[in-house]
Formats: sequence, C-alpha cells, structure tokens
Amino acid sequence: MSTTGHDDTRLNGHGLTLAYDQRVISRDLGVSIPDSSFTVIVGPNACGKSTLLRALSRTLKPADGQVHLDGKAIDTYPAKEVARRLGLLPQSSVAPEGIGVADLISRGRYPHQGFLRQWSAEDEAVLADAMEATGVTDLADRSVDELSGGQRQRVWLAMVLAQQTPLLLLDEPTTYLDIAHQMDVLDLCADLHHNRGHTLVAVLHDLNHAARYATHLVVMKDGAIVAQGAPSEVVTAGLVEEVFGLPVRVVPDPETETPMIVPVDRRPQRA
Amino acid sequence: MNKTLTPRRGSDRPRRTPRGTVPVRPLQGRLSFLARPRTLVVCLVLALTGVLTLAVSVSVGDYEVPLAAVPGAILGYGEHLDVFFVQGTRLPRALTAVGVGAALGVAGAVFQSLSRNALGSPDIIGFTSGAASGAVAVILVFGAGRLGISLGAVVGGLATAAAVYLLAMKNGVQGYRLVLVGIGISAMLSSVRDYLMTRAELTDALGAQIWMIGSLNGRGWAEVVAVWAAFVLLGGVLFALGRRLRFMELGEDTARGLGVDTRGTQIIAFATASALTGAAIAVAGPIGFVALAAPQLARRLTRSGGTTLAGAAAMGATLLVVADLVAMRALAPTQLPVGVVTAVIGGTYLIWLLYTEWRGGRA
Repeated sequence: MSTTGHDDTRLNGHGLTLAYDQRVISRDLGVSIPDSSFTVIVGPNACGKSTLLRALSRTLKPADGQVHLDGKAIDTYPAKEVARRLGLLPQSSVAPEGIGVADLISRGRYPHQGFLRQWSAEDEAVLADAMEATGVTDLADRSVDELSGGQRQRVWLAMVLAQQTPLLLLDEPTTYLDIAHQMDVLDLCADLHHNRGHTLVAVLHDLNHAARYATHLVVMKDGAIVAQGAPSEVVTAGLVEEVFGLPVRVVPDPETETPMIVPVDRRPQRA
Repeated sequence: MNKTLTPRRGSDRPRRTPRGTVPVRPLQGRLSFLARPRTLVVCLVLALTGVLTLAVSVSVGDYEVPLAAVPGAILGYGEHLDVFFVQGTRLPRALTAVGVGAALGVAGAVFQSLSRNALGSPDIIGFTSGAASGAVAVILVFGAGRLGISLGAVVGGLATAAAVYLLAMKNGVQGYRLVLVGIGISAMLSSVRDYLMTRAELTDALGAQIWMIGSLNGRGWAEVVAVWAAFVLLGGVLFALGRRLRFMELGEDTARGLGVDTRGTQIIAFATASALTGAAIAVAGPIGFVALAAPQLARRLTRSGGTTLAGAAAMGATLLVVADLVAMRALAPTQLPVGVVTAVIGGTYLIWLLYTEWRGGRA
C-alpha cells in the first residue's frame, strides 16, 4: 500500500506514518476516500481510526507521508482554504458557556469571512439553511447548555455544514448518545450524503450501524487497514473474528439486507 | 438525488442572525459585522460608572475639591490648590488605576480564552507569582529602586510564563494542565520568596511585603504613560486577535477545522498577554483577582457566550477605580493598598464562581 502513484480521489493519504510524539500508531498507511461516498472507518478501541481521521483533516501532521486534498498536499493550502473544502467535527468540541445555538452554528462561516467582511447576507442565508437541514431551526434562540445530547450533536453538525464543504469528516458523531439519537444522527448523515451530495467520512463504534449506513467501509486493526470496500463484501464472520476477536454470525439485516453481526452465544449450554 | 448542493437563490431565501446581534453593513456590504447591542450598552454603563467614580475619587480626600470644580481642575483652571491636588496626585493615580485595570482585564480574558478555563488567569497560573518573585528578588538582593523593581517584575513574570507554557504544552496547551502546572510553579516561587524574606533586613522585607500586595499609592504621570502605552500597543494586538480567540474557545481541533491558525494564535496571544500583565504589575504591583474576575463578570453581564475583550477591559478598569476609591476612603485617614480590596472583592467572587460551577457540574 506504499504506492505514492496517481490517485485522483479528492481526499487520500499515502505512505502515512502517524505518531503522537514517539508513540507510533500507524506505519506506511494508505487510504483513498472514494468521491461521493459515505465512508465509515471501524475497528476496535485504540486501533488508530480517530488518528487516521485526524491526519486526513490535517489536525495531526503525519510523521511521514502526505495527505492530498484535491490533488495537492494538504499542508500547502492556507488554513482557511482547507476549511472551505473539508469540514471536521472532532470529538473534543467544547461549547463556550452560555453560547446560543445560532451563534455557535454561525461560527462555521469563519473560513468564508474576512477581517472586513465578518457577516454578509450570504452568511445569514447559509446559517438558516444549515439549521433547516439539521432540524434545529426551532432551537435557534436557545442556549447550547440547555440542549440534550442529541440536539447538541445536531447543532455541531449544523456548524460544520455551515462551512459549505464538499467533504465532511466526523469523529465518532454518535458517541454518548442513546440508541434513538444515534439513529437520528446517522439518518441525518445519510441525508447529507444522499440528498445534498456531501462526501462523508465518519469514525463509528458500532459495526452494525457502519454496515447499514456506509457505502464504503474501512476496517482497521493495530494501526493498519485490514479490509475495505462495500459492507456487503467486507463484513464476514472471519473478518470480524480476526479484527475484534469475537466469534459472530453474519445475517442479513431484516430491514436493509445489509450484513448484520450477531455475536455467537458462548455461555455453557443450559439443560 | 442532489436536490440542493447550495442554498436557494433569490430574495425569498430564509435568513438568520444569532440572537442578540444586529448585522451592520456599511459601504454596500463591503464592510460587514455583527453588532451586539447588549455588549455595547454594558460597556457604556461601565465606562460611565468608571468616569463618575474617577471624578469622585479625584474630589475626595483630606483636601476636598468640590465635584463641580473637578472638570476645571483637570484642565488646569480654578483654585490653585484644587489644580495642584488634582493634576499633581489624584488624577494620575486614578488614570493609572484605569490603565492597570483595563490591562489586567484584557490579559485575564485572553488567558481564560486560551486555557478555556475561568481559573486560567495570570493570578492562578503563576504569572503574578513569578512577577512578584522577580520584584522581591530585585528589592532584597540588589536593593533596587522603583524602575529596577518594575524591570524585575516584568522579567520574572515573562520567565515564569515561558516556563509554564513550555511545561504545559503537549500537542497544544490544555486548560487544566496549564492551571495545574501554574499552581505548582506558583507554590515553588512563593517558597523562594519566603526564603529571601527570612534572609532580608527588616525594612527591606517590609518594603517587599507592601509591594507584593499591590498598590496605587503615589503613582504619578510616568506610571500613567507607561501603563497606557502598554495597553494601547499590546492591547491593540490582542484586540486584533479577539475574533480568533473566540474560536479557540471551541476547542483546538474545532478551531483548526474552521481554518484558524491555532498554534500561531496561541503563541502570539500568550506572549502578548504575558507582557501586558507584566506591564500592569510593574506599575502597580501584583494586584490580585482583577484579571480573574473582570472577564468573568463581563461575560455574564454581556451574555455573549464567550469572551468579550472590550467588556473585560471596561470591567477591569471600573473595578480597579472603584476598589481604589474604597481603599483610599474606607479606613481614612489610613490608606489601604488596593490589592487588599480587590482580594476581598475577588475572593468573594471566586468562591461564588466555584460554588456555582460545582453545582452545575462543570468543574
């Protein structure tokens, strides 16, 4: 996978060595995000999936190798130019105490603003549109502090949406949400992908969610990519056992026909 | 599929502005920004309070200048003695208070923004302690005068800031790490100070002790010029960074994702705010709690959901002018150092802040 040859996807990385200080997470990693895909990165805890997303979003500078965005090395763009092409929702977002919903979402306009042009009529229209797309229009005048976890995640998504980027990178957007709000956020992601034409890259924990929503699945283990492709081709009992160390059966999801994993019952047989 | 990639065009497009803001677009929209009327009103009210308090503090004292005569005396007209007291001592002292308060307010707001923590003010993160140690070392070891003390304070403060920054930095500065490292360094420096005190002559130690409380007694036009120049210059840099600082409050990764140069902003803002704090301390000694309380009070009054540098400056200036009036008059004819008053006001506020944050589960 170490080829640095021609790759015409909008976002890709080759020969990546990813490390925090001296601790190397990945070596010689190569990944291409298919254009117009809903790519989901999955893998066990600490397999390096968030690290890969951080590298793709230039939040983490690779120790070696290069991430390319629209055919150019990502670190050769001015910071705002990257932010006009690629939106990022990190795990570590903090809403300042007392900030209003519309105020927070309006921050997504930053890469389109300048020192003299800080709030144009266009910004107002995009703000309204981002709120409508994420269903938070009615919350506009509330404080972010008052919202539920699910509503808050919609607000953050709206902020990233207000950046108007073709690419959206989401780091575990469903963590800390209950099942209903998880599906809610994933449906919203599918809508952004399908109806608004965004290319999405998300790190998800739940393999069944990934298999249901992804058009392209990237499976990681110990910092390496062990499989990628359409969920129906990638998700097999053998692969899940190899990657997660969990014996499973793979059955078709009764709702969507996508592969669904069911852990094997390992308890001793009861009489 | 691909229903809408870009929002609808035309005049029927729905639009939104955040609550409490009014879009202002002069020059056919070539210039545009969001005004916050509430912030403007808060700043005006604070400024008015500050000016009135300043007028009172210039008029009262052992020699009373009638309030009506104050404006004239400031400009050099009226009774000879009025002009002498107002121009010679009281006005420069009050103007020093305004400058020092504004400087501390802005610097505190910047540190709190960078650390995303209300405790990330120079009082807590060791900066003030470093400046005090520098000054005390100069007083006790070299027996220096006021200029030397100021220099010692600035050098001590900047050295401490650099040390705290380097020790707390790992993939960017994290709020709690900054606060904890700062508290550690503060404790070490204070033990060094205590050691120096035990070795010093009694009069020197007393002088150092008084300097460390922070005071505006006897400050003249030289101090006014020094602190105002620092405020205009360094404060100007910080105000220019103000917008980016508000984005830093969203978290470093989020700010980077939005296209903010986080590392550059962090370093420039940290260094500039450190220098500004140093200038304020050099002029008035380590006056506590203004930098901690002013930005927090301002953001609660303006309800802006983030730091407002202008609000912090106005609040800091007004707080210090009021505190200095209290310090001068509360136990008259005995004059308290203003640091005692700000510590009482600020300490009460700090306890209230911690209490509400713990109850809200934020700390």
